[in-house]
Amino acid sequence: MQVPAHFEYERATSVDHALALLAKWGSEARVVAGGHSLIPMMKLRLARPEALVDINDLEELAYVRLDGDALAVGAMTRHADLLASPLVGEHYPIFHEAERVIADPVVRNRGTVGGSLCQADPSEDLSAAFAAVGAAAVIRGPDGTRQVPVREFHTGPYETVVAPGELLVEVVVPVRPGGWRDPVQGAQRRDRFEAATGGISERSERGWQGPGGGSAYEKVERRVGDWAVAAAGAAVWLDGDTIGDAGIGLTAVGAAHFHAPEAERFLRGSPATDAVLAEAGRIAAEHCEPVADQRGPADYKKHLAGELTTRALARAVKRARGEA
Amino acid sequence: MTTVEQPPIGFGRMHRKEDARFVRGRGTYVDDVVLPGMLYGAVLRSPFAHARIVSIDTAAAQAHPRVKAVITGQTLEGLKLAWMPTLSQDTQAVLATDKVRFQGQEVAFVVAEDRYAARDALELIDVEYEPLPAVVDARRALDPDAPVIRDDKEGQADNHIFDWGAGDEAATDAVFASAEVVVAQDVLYPRVHPAPLETCGAVADFDAVTGKLTIWCNTQAPHAHRTVYALVAGLPEHKIRVISPDVGGGFGNKVPIYPGYVCAIVGSIVTGKPVKWMEDRSENLMSTGFARDYHMRGEVAATRDGRIRALRVKVVADHGAFNGTAQPTKFPAGFFHVFTGSYDVEAAYCGVTGVYTNKAPGGVAYACSFRITEAAYLIERMIDVLAYDLDMDPAQLRMKNLLKPEQFPYPSPTGWEYDSGDYPRALSLALEMAGYEELRAEQAARRASGSDGPLMGIGISFFTEAVGAGPRKHMDILGLGMADGAELRVHPTGKAVLRISVQSQGQGHETTYAQIVAEELGIPPDDVDVVHGDTDQTPFGLGTYGSRSTPVSGAATAVVARKVRERARQVASAMLEVDPGDLEWEKGRWYVRGDQGQGRTIQEIALAAHSSLELPDGVEGHLDATTVYNPPNLTFPFGAYICVVDVDPGTGQVKVRRFVAVDDCGVRINPMIVEGQVHGGLADGIGMALMELIAFDEDGNCLGASFMDYLLPTSMECPSWELGETVTPSPHHPIGAKGVGESATVGSPAAVVNAVMDALKPYGVRHADMPLTPAHVWRAIQGRPLRTDLAIT
Ligand SMILES: Cc1cc2nc3c(=O)[nH]c(=O)nc-3n(C[C@H](O)[C@H](O)[C@H](O)COP(=O)(O)OP(=O)(O)OC[C@H]3O[C@@H](n4cnc5c(N)ncnc54)[C@H](O)[C@@H]3O)c2cc1C
Repeated sequence: MQVPAHFEYERATSVDHALALLAKWGSEARVVAGGHSLIPMMKLRLARPEALVDINDLEELAYVRLDGDALAVGAMTRHADLLASPLVGEHYPIFHEAERVIADPVVRNRGTVGGSLCQADPSEDLSAAFAAVGAAAVIRGPDGTRQVPVREFHTGPYETVVAPGELLVEVVVPVRPGGWRDPVQGAQRRDRFEAATGGISERSERGWQGPGGGSAYEKVERRVGDWAVAAAGAAVWLDGDTIGDAGIGLTAVGAAHFHAPEAERFLRGSPATDAVLAEAGRIAAEHCEPVADQRGPADYKKHLAGELTTRALARAVKRARGEA
Repeated sequence: MTTVEQPPIGFGRMHRKEDARFVRGRGTYVDDVVLPGMLYGAVLRSPFAHARIVSIDTAAAQAHPRVKAVITGQTLEGLKLAWMPTLSQDTQAVLATDKVRFQGQEVAFVVAEDRYAARDALELIDVEYEPLPAVVDARRALDPDAPVIRDDKEGQADNHIFDWGAGDEAATDAVFASAEVVVAQDVLYPRVHPAPLETCGAVADFDAVTGKLTIWCNTQAPHAHRTVYALVAGLPEHKIRVISPDVGGGFGNKVPIYPGYVCAIVGSIVTGKPVKWMEDRSENLMSTGFARDYHMRGEVAATRDGRIRALRVKVVADHGAFNGTAQPTKFPAGFFHVFTGSYDVEAAYCGVTGVYTNKAPGGVAYACSFRITEAAYLIERMIDVLAYDLDMDPAQLRMKNLLKPEQFPYPSPTGWEYDSGDYPRALSLALEMAGYEELRAEQAARRASGSDGPLMGIGISFFTEAVGAGPRKHMDILGLGMADGAELRVHPTGKAVLRISVQSQGQGHETTYAQIVAEELGIPPDDVDVVHGDTDQTPFGLGTYGSRSTPVSGAATAVVARKVRERARQVASAMLEVDPGDLEWEKGRWYVRGDQGQGRTIQEIALAAHSSLELPDGVEGHLDATTVYNPPNLTFPFGAYICVVDVDPGTGQVKVRRFVAVDDCGVRINPMIVEGQVHGGLADGIGMALMELIAFDEDGNCLGASFMDYLLPTSMECPSWELGETVTPSPHHPIGAKGVGESATVGSPAAVVNAVMDALKPYGVRHADMPLTPAHVWRAIQGRPLRTDLAIT
C-alpha cells in the first residue's frame, strides 16, 4: 500500500477561513479539493505538504450559474456537476464533450474544476476548453480578488499564477450571441427560427444552439479514462458564412498556454470552408512542440494537434450553423 | 427479484457458491488477516536497473522509534538466504548484496509497528550505488560488448541462459528448400503483466514455542511453496503451514516465491511477531512475474495455392535479470513448441534462446498456458501474413490447412499428441455466427466507396491449447511431479467435504468441484464443502495455473468420488443383503438390478456406513476415499475467434465492433463459469492487442509501473461478446473436460491484431507489433511502425 508522509490536516468552513488557514501554514500548505491529483502525488511522496487545507465543505464554491453575460463556474464544482449542467450544455457543448472524456465517473464525482486548473497538468482537458472559449479565472487572496484570463493562468507545467495563500474561487466564461443565454429565450428564438427556416436546428441533449456560435471538443486517448494523447477544443462564432471569431484550445501537445492564437487569427474573417479549417489545423499544429512519451511520438502528436483542431472546428461550425 | 434457482445435481448452470461472500465484501484476503501484535514490512527497492552496491547504511532507519528490524542482504547472507532458487533452477537475490540488476529490485526490508513508519524508515536507509550500463534490448543482450548481468554466477561470461529446440530441424529445412512460397516476419510479443487486482503479499507468523511457521500468502501453489520453503530455509516441512485465502486474481503472477515473502518470514523469526508484507501497485508491476517478451521470427513454407508445408521459428526470449519462469523443468520455453497450432504441416522446428536483461525476472505468467499464448499468436499472425502475400481469404486459408477430425489423436511434428478435436466444425460455426460473407461484402463496399470514414477490418484466429500439466514422467517443477491429490469424505448425514490440492484465484472451484462430486454421487452441490488453499488441510498438489485445475484436479475429484461410490456399493450390498455385482447405480442411489424399488440412497448408505451395520470382510466403515491423479496426457481445448474492428485512419484509434468466440473445452461442468472465464480472457486479449505494455527506456527504467501507464481494458473497450460452443470431449479425462481458463487469452490477441492489419491492408501494412495504440496504428499507416518494447522517443 502506498502511504503518504506525515502531514497536518485542517478543514476550512468558509473561503475566509481557508485563506486564514493558508496564511497560518504558509508556503508549505496545500489546498485539497477533490484530491484526485494531490493525494496520489502524496502517496508516491512526490508531494509532501506539511499541511492540507481541505476545502470540500465550501459549498459556496460549488455552482454553475449565469452572472449577467457570463457563465460562472465555482472552483469546487465537481466534474460530474459540470457534465450534468443543462446550462453549460446549452451555451457551450464543448464542456460536456470534454467532461465526458475526462477520467472516469469515480474521478469525475470528486475531482473539481478548480483542482483541475490549479493542478496545471500539461495534459489537462479543462484548461484547453476554458482557453478555447476565452474564460477568466477569479482568484482570491489576503489582498482581495483578482481576475486573470485562463490564457495567462498557467505559467508552466504544474505552475499557475495562483500564489501560496491564494485560492482560485471561480471561472467565468463570457456568453456571446449565438449561444442563447436562457432556456426560455432560447426556446422562443428557436421557435422563431424554425418558423422562418422550416426547421433546421440542433437539439443537443438539453439545450439548443442556433446559427451564430458553436463549440466542440475532440480528444484521442489510448483507453477510456486515460489522459489525452492530444485534444483540441474549438469555439466558433459565424457571421453568415464567415468566421467572425474563433477560439482554439489544445492540450498535451505542447501548445503555449493551451491555445493556438495564430490559427485563431487566421480564421477570423475567413470563410468557414473545409479547406480553411484544415489550414487552421495545420497552423495550430505548426506552433505546437509536443514531447514524445509512451502515449506517442512527437510527430504523431503534432499530427493530432492539426487533425483534432480541424475536426473540432468542423463540428463547432456545424453547430453554429445549426446543422449538427 | 429473480427467482431462487434450483442448483443442478451435477453439471449445469448454477450461481457460484463463493459469490455470496464476495458480493457482500466478506471475503478474506491476505490483507484482511490481522494477528495480535502484528508488524508491517516494507521493501526498499533499487532506483537503478543496473548498479553496483557500494554501501548500505541502515543506522538512521534502525534508530526510528517505531522500527523493529532492518534486514539487508548482509543479514540474509548470515542465514544463507541472500539468494534463493527460482522455479527455473536459476538463483535470484532475495535482497541484493553485490549489484542490483533491475529497477525495483529488493535491497532492504524494514519491519515496523505500522505501515507508515515502515515506509518512512525506507527513506532513512542510505544506499550508495555505482550505476552500470543497462541491457535493455533483448536482441542485443548477446552482443559481445553487452555488460554481463549475472557476474554472480560462476562461469557466466555473457547474458546467455539457454538454447532449446523442438521438432526436426533438418526435415524442416528440407521442406523450406523446396517450397514454392516462403514468407517470413519478425513478430514481437511484448512484455505484459498479469496485473491481478489484488497485489502479492504475505503474513508470516513464526511461533518460537511450537516451531511452527504459518504463512498466509496469496499463492497459486501453496503446496509447492511449502516444499520450497522447507528445502531453502531448512525448516521441517511439517512445521510449515501455507494458507492461501481468498485470492484476487493470479493469472500466473502468484506462482513464484517472491523476495518479500522470504523477508516477511525472516522478519517474523527475527522479531518473534507476525509480519505482514503487502506490495503496492507499482511494486507489483515493476518487480513481480511479467509475461511474454518473446522476440520471434516466423517463417512459413507453403504451396502457391496456400497449402502450408512447414514452419520455422527462431525466438529470443527475454527472461529478465533472473530466470524465474514457472514451467515444467524439461521445457525452458514452456509449451511454445505447440506453435504448429491447429494445422497439418509436414515439418516444423523452433529454436529458442533465453537471455538475461536488466528487467524484472519472471516469464510465463499471465494466463498463457506456459507460452502457448506466444505460440498461438505467432502462428495465427503468420497465417495472415501468408494470406496477405498470397492474396487469399484468411478464413479459406485456415479451412484448407486445419487438421481433420479423423486425424485425432494427432501426433504433432514437435512431439505432442492432440487428444481430440473437430476444428472445421468450430471454424464454420464462428464464420456463420459472425456472418462472415456479409462482413466481407460490407468491407468491400466500403473500400470501393472511397470514403474517408473508418476502415473496417475482420480478423480470425484459430487456436489449439495444451493444458493440464501434466504427466509425471514428463512434467515436474523443481523436481515435484505435476500430479494432484483429492480426498472426499461423506459425513453420516450424507453431506460431504472435498479437499483438493489446487486453490482458486477466482475460478469458482468451490462451485465446480462440488458439481463434479454432485454429478458422481448424486447429492446436491450445496451439500459438498470444498476445502482448498491450506496445506494443513489438503492433499499435496502443484496448484492452479496453466489451466490445469480441471484437467488434473477435476479428474482427481471425479476419480475420488467414483471410489466413494464403489465403497457405497459395498455398504449398500450389506444393507440390501445382495451381491455388490447385482447393484445398479442411478444418480444418488444404488438399487437391485431388476428391482428398481429396492435400493438405498447415498445418504442412507452414508449413515449405515458409520453405523453398527456389519460390513463384508475387507470393506472399511465410513464413506471416504483419497486419490492422486497422474494425467495420462494434456487436454487440448481449441476455438475459433472472429473480431471486427473499425479504425479511424486520421487518429489511429481502433474500436472493436464485434467479437465472436467459439470455444470447445470438452464437457462443460458449469457453462456459466466457462463463459465467465472466456469473457475475462477476451478482455485480456483486447488489452494486450491494443494497450497493455511494459516498455523500458534506455536506462532500464520501467515505463509501465502504475495503472496510469499500464493500461488495462475496461468495459468501454469491450463489445458485447458473442459466444458459441462445440463439445468434443477429451477421451482420456474421466469426465471428458478440458481446461478453459486461458483459452480466450491465448486465442484472442491474434484475432484483434489480424483485424487491425486487415483494416490497414489498403495501406500496404502487413504487420505491426502489439500493442496497437492509436500512435502505433497511425505510424503503421505512415509506413513507420514503432518498436514497442523500447521507449517511444
Ligand atoms: C485516474 C485519473 C484519470 C484522470 N484523467 C484525466 C483526464 O483524462 N483529463 C483531465 O483533464 N484530468 C484527468 N484527471 C485529473 C482529474 O481531473 C484531476 O485530478 C482533478 O480534477 C483535479 O481536481 P481535484 O479537485 O481532484 O484537485 P486536487 O487533487 O484536490 O488538487 C490539485 C491541485 O490543485 C490545488 N487546488 C485545488 N483546488 C484549488 C483551489 N480552489 N485554489 C487553489 N488551488 C487549488 C491543490 O492544492 C493541488 O495542488 C484524472 C485523474 C485521475 C485520478
